[in-house]
Amino acid sequence: MIEGADSQRAEPLPDIAVEVVGLNKWYGEFHVLRDINLKVARGERIVICGPSGGGKSTLLRCINRLEGWQQGRIIVDGNELTEDPKQIVAVRRDVGMVFQHFNLFPHLTVLENCTLAPIWVRHMPKKEAETLAMSYLARVKIPDQAGKYPARLSGGQQQRVAIARALCMNPNILLFDEPTSALDPEMVKEVLDTMVELASDGITMLVVSHEMGFARQVADRVILMDDGQIVEISAPKEFFSHPRHERTRLFLQQILH
Amino acid sequence: MAEKVEAASLQPLRNHTRRGGHVAVQLVTLIIILGLAGGAIFELVENLARSHITSGFGFWNNTAGFDISQTLIAYSPSTSTFGRAFWVGLLNTLIVATIGIVLATVLGFAVGIARLSHNWLVAKFAAGYVELTRNVPLLLQLLFWYNAVLKSLPELRASVTLPGGTFLNNRGLFLARPEFAPQFSIVLVVLAIGIAATVALKSYANRRHDRTGEEVPVLVPALGLIVVLPLAAFALTGFPLSFSVPHMGRFNVSGGIEILPEFAALVLALSVYTAGFIAEVVRAGMLSVSHGQVEAAQALGLRSGLTLRLIVLPQAMRVIIPPLTSQYLNLIKNSSLAVAIGYPDLVQVFAGTVLNITGQAVEVIAITMAVYLSISLLVSLLMNLYGRTTAIAER
Amino acid sequence: MSATDDWTFLRQERIEPLPPPSARAGAFGWLRANLFAGPGNTVMTLLCIALIAWVVPPLVRFFLVDAVWTGADGSVCLASPAQPNPGACWAFIRVWFSYFVYGFYPYDERWRVDLFFVALVFGFVWLLRLSMPRRDLGALYFFVALPILSYVLLHGAPLIGLSVVSTSLWGGILVTVVVAAIGMVFSLPLGILLALGRRSELPVIRMASVAFIEFVRGVPVITVLFMASVMLPLFVPERFAPDKLVRALIGVTLFASAYMAEVVRGGLAAVPRGQYEAANALGFGYWPMMALVILPQALRITLPNIVNTFIGLFKDTTLVFVVGIFDFLRTIEAARADPKWAGPNTTVTGYAFAALFYFACCYGMSRYARRMEIRLARSVRR
Repeated sequence: MIEGADSQRAEPLPDIAVEVVGLNKWYGEFHVLRDINLKVARGERIVICGPSGGGKSTLLRCINRLEGWQQGRIIVDGNELTEDPKQIVAVRRDVGMVFQHFNLFPHLTVLENCTLAPIWVRHMPKKEAETLAMSYLARVKIPDQAGKYPARLSGGQQQRVAIARALCMNPNILLFDEPTSALDPEMVKEVLDTMVELASDGITMLVVSHEMGFARQVADRVILMDDGQIVEISAPKEFFSHPRHERTRLFLQQILH
Repeated sequence: MAEKVEAASLQPLRNHTRRGGHVAVQLVTLIIILGLAGGAIFELVENLARSHITSGFGFWNNTAGFDISQTLIAYSPSTSTFGRAFWVGLLNTLIVATIGIVLATVLGFAVGIARLSHNWLVAKFAAGYVELTRNVPLLLQLLFWYNAVLKSLPELRASVTLPGGTFLNNRGLFLARPEFAPQFSIVLVVLAIGIAATVALKSYANRRHDRTGEEVPVLVPALGLIVVLPLAAFALTGFPLSFSVPHMGRFNVSGGIEILPEFAALVLALSVYTAGFIAEVVRAGMLSVSHGQVEAAQALGLRSGLTLRLIVLPQAMRVIIPPLTSQYLNLIKNSSLAVAIGYPDLVQVFAGTVLNITGQAVEVIAITMAVYLSISLLVSLLMNLYGRTTAIAER
Repeated sequence: MSATDDWTFLRQERIEPLPPPSARAGAFGWLRANLFAGPGNTVMTLLCIALIAWVVPPLVRFFLVDAVWTGADGSVCLASPAQPNPGACWAFIRVWFSYFVYGFYPYDERWRVDLFFVALVFGFVWLLRLSMPRRDLGALYFFVALPILSYVLLHGAPLIGLSVVSTSLWGGILVTVVVAAIGMVFSLPLGILLALGRRSELPVIRMASVAFIEFVRGVPVITVLFMASVMLPLFVPERFAPDKLVRALIGVTLFASAYMAEVVRGGLAAVPRGQYEAANALGFGYWPMMALVILPQALRITLPNIVNTFIGLFKDTTLVFVVGIFDFLRTIEAARADPKWAGPNTTVTGYAFAALFYFACCYGMSRYARRMEIRLARSVRR
């Protein structure tokens, strides 16, 4: 880890990376998240799956406060999320997110996409940020695309840039919101391979995904969400071979055909 | 995918007709155009001769013989030429257009951003403003400002007196005229140095930020260089600025600067009207930046000011600038409505008064149109250049 | 890895949806979110409410409560002991109303103008309402039959017993509608021709079209009207000298067709190239291809922009004021100068009435355009 001018934690990180307590969220009258309780340990890899509309993405987006909520608490790296903008920004610095539709900045080159946050949020000198970015771009296996604009890259390449961009902030937690759902089938593998390689690093990961192969290979726990509530949490072995809840069985039947 | 197909559709289409057919059609068209033009010119010569109207541009150097109510350069009815009147009119057009563009931009951006506010009342107010100004003809708005608002100000004798010796009545706004002593040029030089120093400071700050990552404060030193320093120079050179206050006589106001109600009405109408259109352009530009961009910036930990400056604005401006320039062009062309209220702009002075006096409609209107065409062409060229540079940046 | 108590989980009972907490829900919640979300937001809301309180009551008082609705001359609208603060002078509008609509059109012949209005509205409804049958016949009616009918009705045809009414007597809404309608009817076909010419591969035609379009779009509309009004008589032999209204109509049509040409060009470009290729492959010549395949699609795609151009045209009819034509706005100007109605509120009332008229027409047209846009977007979506 390269030390920036500020905001890298001096004390060791708490064992519980993310804790969600009694989370309830409404969109108008619609009860979208119902009594979510969850504890994610440091270094754990969690995969959240379930039928669409079940609230998976919404839960993820609550963790870095892209969405607000009406009841409940979320504690990230020991800090409880509040409505204070400064505190939100501080928490987001150490939580990275990869979006379904990449959301790369089209007016910046690939390299500039990656160095933007280190320069402006961690106050890193430009050269240092570029070195850092190049190392992560090499890690996701596209260092030669650094000078190009995102529009010139394929979907799989763009998503890998997005992963590198998130990594450049040296986050403690990585959130993935359906990272392969918008990709053409032949590019899904390259992104999943990147994520598998990341997982072996020991970083805490929460992944919302339909890719069951990835879950089986990498996850420590698999969560099924439906109707805004957590239905089942199990280790992947049990989850896929002996699902305990009726809903889980139904879901697996549908998705594994 | 769709864009590629559209671009291809813009190419002229290959037909399968014979070449001979092509040539024939063009030949016929050419003959028709030339024939019509020839006939028109023949009639023109006959009609002009019949009404004893001279041709040619000799009138340019003839004495004008009429007064102009607002002249930014020296002009006298008895000695100035028609050519001089042209320049007076053109300058009046340019000053109305410039002030109008500045005001319309400020107002338009404010309303456009207000349209996007989370506050329901503010957004509805802004929407109401846009609907009102875009659905009422500009001429009606102009007449309203001129006749209903400005003309209903009190008479000369009952002028509204404002601080600083300012008089407001239905003949105009009379302000104190500033008179600059020669030492004022020192203040100007200090100001120029201040601006240059600020530019250098910003460049230094950027390089320092690249090198070490720390942000060097620029705003406060810039204020000091551009505002405080010239003010100090102003004081040190003995306050070289005096005001000649307007003096209210029995029938007239003498001294000071006079701002005509025609000028004010035109500027107000043009600004308010064009701001409605600019607001829509700004709104479309801001909306064109997808929300995912903002979310990605937020997820990286960028605070909202930086997100706006680094991510949203650069993308929004690219979408805003082309239609914005076309609104500016519209404003410049719409300033010709000055004819309706007697403001001496180019059209009113030249294509109005001069045309009436000399009767040389063809030359006068041709010159007038040439001026506006040149302005339009110039702006289009600049727009193309801008388009090309941003396109290069993105490829 | 530190295992926790809820390492695994199995939900026993489904949680039913609950209503949201009251502080955030319903009307109260809406108010909170939209008007009072934070300190800055609350301040803005309060400022807006203050603005409304400051502006709306005086306006309502002036235009409704204190307004004078009946009277024969301006004395009823002046301040008097009985009404110290007279409001808008609607009596002025009532008395002058027929002038505003017909100008000086002879009283006995005004039925012809009314018939014209009805025929025009009928044409619009037939052509523009998507649910009407045989809209191609409607187009024929609108672009061919209606102009002839209007000419006969308004100008007169001694042959069938309709006396000639000189255009110098026409005024008010009649003139505004005639100018707008002629402008719309002729600028669309001309615009289509210009747009096709601009895309043509024959250099002479292309250059002529480009030159015309760029010239007209680069100069102020007023100069085009001046050109038509002042210069046109010089280019034609005396016996063909067109009257003032015709000159203005020519000017309006010319600049409207240049703007329409650009709008149609956008529509032509949006038609997928495959359509051109398919038509060519089927052996269509240029004109049949355009008329039967390309233009119907192009016009449908760009219909909202066409309507927007028509809205601009409608507003620009006020500019004929400047070349001496008595359109609706000019009649208001003429009327408010009447010494019989001199008073502090006459001008404002006149302008308010004019603004209402134009706003109603233009806003109505823009709502139509927006509904068009939505319907088109819906039909194109796969």
